[in-house]
Amino acid sequence: MQDVTLIGLAAAFIFLLILLAIMRKERLGHEWEIILSSVRMTVQLILVGYILTYIFDNPSVWFSLIVLLLMLTFAVINTFQRVGNVPEDIKKIVGVAMFTGTGITILYFIILVFRIEPWYQPQYFIPIAGMMIGNSMTGITLGIDGLLTGMKDNRAVIENALMLGGKPSLIMREITGRAFYQALVPTINSMMGMGIVFLPGMMTGQILAGAPPLAAIKYQIAIMLGIMGSVTLTVYIVIKWGSRTFFNQRGQLK
Amino acid sequence: MFKIKDLKFKNILDIDYLQVEEHNVTCIVGKSGGGKTTLLKLLNNMISADKGEILYKDKNIEEYNPFELRREVVMLPQTPVMFTGNIRDNFEKTLRYTVRDLADDVTYKGLLEKVGLTHSLDSDTKNMSGGEKQRIALARVLLLKPETLLLDEPSSALDDETEDFIIRMVVDYSRETAGTLVMVTHSRSVAEKFADTIITLSDGKIQDIVDNISLKDENNMHYSGL
Repeated sequence: MQDVTLIGLAAAFIFLLILLAIMRKERLGHEWEIILSSVRMTVQLILVGYILTYIFDNPSVWFSLIVLLLMLTFAVINTFQRVGNVPEDIKKIVGVAMFTGTGITILYFIILVFRIEPWYQPQYFIPIAGMMIGNSMTGITLGIDGLLTGMKDNRAVIENALMLGGKPSLIMREITGRAFYQALVPTINSMMGMGIVFLPGMMTGQILAGAPPLAAIKYQIAIMLGIMGSVTLTVYIVIKWGSRTFFNQRGQLK
Repeated sequence: MFKIKDLKFKNILDIDYLQVEEHNVTCIVGKSGGGKTTLLKLLNNMISADKGEILYKDKNIEEYNPFELRREVVMLPQTPVMFTGNIRDNFEKTLRYTVRDLADDVTYKGLLEKVGLTHSLDSDTKNMSGGEKQRIALARVLLLKPETLLLDEPSSALDDETEDFIIRMVVDYSRETAGTLVMVTHSRSVAEKFADTIITLSDGKIQDIVDNISLKDENNMHYSGL
């Protein structure tokens, strides 16, 4: 595999300077944000590089599980930050959904689809888990947003339907259905354009690293289905349970 | 039909005792902010009392399945809200939400006529006037054939003539089906014209209860005497 030289890498930073020059010339502000994000990206990746090297050289169940736990925790926190004002009841559900939904899919794909032995082998376990968790996080963020907005916009309709004796689960069906679809849109779109509009990151990485394209696509197909599976499970749990939190035992709006 | 004992809800309502008679038309009047809507919501179990109890047919309403109770004691809120879609969708969603079988167009059309509308069932409800929405909301309620009807300012979006038509229709429906009607209204004249009993609420307390049947009879006697 052809490695990127340090000088080559340094040459890539030229584009950062171009961006900064444009921002300064056009007085757009935000220069520090760009510098900070570039520095963070570089430092974070270097750190992760060293950590992964260590973990790959010393494979252990515990390392893999700790990394999984950290990724899940960050994903959950990130979701709350991105949506903002997530009700406490739903926060708990997001935690449970993220851990069970992605957990089940990750284990299923690692053990039954990719048949990795031992299952915790970090160079497979960590990136596969990362992709599923990252996409589930985006899905949940969109799903909760759809649910909360749907609830806010339709409160009067829901109240009206309750007064007629409607069941919350039936009344909420349209809103939850829309939120669920909204959460799946990025996954559907990326599957639609896959291979034609763009080559997915994982596949590109494998090809760059010297893998034959046909081997790379098999992984890519499997991983896309894995992403779909984990987004589906996590978002479904969040929306289904989350929609119940708006009502109490007596079917009254909280 | 309803008995309310030692009821407290936040600092909005404080009722020692109140009885709403079966097969009667009861009007609740009083200034806005006096707790009229809150009282209706309590009877419909959309909210639960902080203290005290409400009996419906001599059983505490908290012991009923709330959904079945609300299908029997249906409430029509003051501001009508349409379910998305056309008029037929509104009828069908009402039935679906309440776990009932769908009815046919003849039934829906009949209800529309009852509330004085001649629209096609395919008409979108989005751009309808407040009055039209109010009537469709009422037709939706009638579709459920409730035993007890709770109406919150049923005429708020209507002009005087339509107001009279709609209220008369609801009162007739209630009397024909030997149902019970509880209606909140800002208009004392509406109450005096239609109610058997008029309850005045003021600052969350019962100010007075008037038996309007005898008053109506008295008036009739006066008129016949003239």
